[in-house]
Amino acid sequence: MSVDLNTVKRVAGLARIKVDDAQAEKMTGELNTILGFVEQLDEVNVDGVEPMTSVVETTMKKRADGQSDGGYADKIVSNAPVHEDNFFTVPKVVE
Amino acid sequence: MTLLVDTRTPDPKKFIKGATGDWEIVIGMEVHAQVTSEAKLFSGASTSFGSDPNNNVSLVDAAMPGMLPVINEECVRQAIKTGLGLKAEINLKSVFDRKNYFYPDLPQGYQISQFKQPIVGEGIIHLDMKSGEQVEVGVERLHLEQDAGKSLHDQHPTMSFVDLNRSGVALMEIVSKPDIRCADEAKAYLTKLRTILRYLGTCDGNMDQGSMRADVNVSVRKPGGEFGTRCEIKNVNSIRFVGQAIEYEARRQIGILEDGGEIDQETRLFDSVKGETRSMRSKEEAHDYRYFPDPDLLPLEFTQALVDEMAADLPELPDEKKARYIKDFGLTPYDADILVAERVSCDFFEEVAKGRDAKLAANWVINDTFGRLNKEGLDVTSSPISSEQLGKIIDLIKAGTISGKIAKDLFEIVWTEGGDPAQIVEDRGMKQVTDLGAIEGIVDEILANNTDKAEQAKEKPGMLGWFVGQVMKASKGKANPQAVSDMLKAKIGLE
Repeated sequence: MSVDLNTVKRVAGLARIKVDDAQAEKMTGELNTILGFVEQLDEVNVDGVEPMTSVVETTMKKRADGQSDGGYADKIVSNAPVHEDNFFTVPKVVE
Repeated sequence: MTLLVDTRTPDPKKFIKGATGDWEIVIGMEVHAQVTSEAKLFSGASTSFGSDPNNNVSLVDAAMPGMLPVINEECVRQAIKTGLGLKAEINLKSVFDRKNYFYPDLPQGYQISQFKQPIVGEGIIHLDMKSGEQVEVGVERLHLEQDAGKSLHDQHPTMSFVDLNRSGVALMEIVSKPDIRCADEAKAYLTKLRTILRYLGTCDGNMDQGSMRADVNVSVRKPGGEFGTRCEIKNVNSIRFVGQAIEYEARRQIGILEDGGEIDQETRLFDSVKGETRSMRSKEEAHDYRYFPDPDLLPLEFTQALVDEMAADLPELPDEKKARYIKDFGLTPYDADILVAERVSCDFFEEVAKGRDAKLAANWVINDTFGRLNKEGLDVTSSPISSEQLGKIIDLIKAGTISGKIAKDLFEIVWTEGGDPAQIVEDRGMKQVTDLGAIEGIVDEILANNTDKAEQAKEKPGMLGWFVGQVMKASKGKANPQAVSDMLKAKIGLE
């Protein structure tokens, strides 16, 4: 698997990361090196092997239903560049 | 994603006439149902509706760095319960994935959802159409996912306001197969699904509060032909609008195709004011969601024993209830449908019917009580007459204490003034007159005043009804109609 310049630009766009042409060019090479390195794993036959989801034998932790958090709207918005009446405010996005 | 199979036989009654002949609509639905729970899917913040902005938000919901999701086991149970109610396969192992996209009300930059391995697989919803037709709509899957926050666009001229109270609330996305063929079926599907969810108590089904929203996939084709290209109408928030959106969208697509055009597969919005759908251009580029398993969450696993235990505890569902009402109580399918539409309605009916004549109870519940509630814009839970009071009125009829006509007056009194029906009958002298001597006086008087009609009645027994009416009127409704009728027959010389 490898990526071309257009794919890199598209992925950057989808991730909202600003990448100029020179950077995209450089990144295409870097990403292809990484992908080539990871591709070595293809040499291993994994037919019939379930994907490993954790390095330790454990099951998902679950929580009982009940309110135990929240109630601090002022803290939630405090890092936002702009906020008003405990709402986050952003440039208008409307369909 | 899955192979589309056509399970329906084209029905000309559902076709739409175009300039080039008949067209058939094909509809599939994705319903987002908010899970009934105290706390959110992966955090301990409250799910309550209408709180102050950002009050029901934890650091997890705001996607602060380093926060980790921990699943709420009640949401898992609710999804399993819903799956059982949809007669669906329950997957003992399912996986959460990240669905990546950017929007101001999605602080994580991705929604935790289930893509390849949902918690619930294929199921079925059975529809009883008003025409008497039975329709089976397949359920493709049900998966758990997070809701996004809410953007308000009308608070400021240039800014949108974002409230994350809904962010992270558990949703069940219930996806149907493309088995629906007209707007009425789509409305019936949504209504039935809502009824099932409400019976199960897994979603409150309040569409006006956004606890249930529908995305409607619409395409058109020549009857029985290949499936056409579909458009997805997003977030339709009432059953009536779903019908309108489908009618409009089908017409729009037929118009394009008949002019020799092609349908663009796209996401559209329904404008309920104009009654039309329009393209949502901004979503087009965002369709590449780059799903991958969420590394913060292990696979969701539970035992068959848990599923079996929940299946044993499942409440009686509308289809089973309807069948029982018809079989055990002799109700008509029509009456049974009215009763099972809401759980509160059948609870009321069953309280009234308990130990009584179920058919008579159904009549009084449906015609008198529900009819009156409808007229006054009330629902069963705020009925001025309780199931206990209505039961007592029926007991009085059955015991022959009051006539059916007086019972209507009694119903009116209890409705407006309240009180114990038996006591009211006693206090206001509403008891039926079964004393034959008292009735005989009235019967004789009516016969004496109408000798000509009495003669005619010998030839035309249908006239008897007129006499019964006169006697009932003269007794102010208190005479027992059966006793009156018997006495008249004897005196006129019928039989």
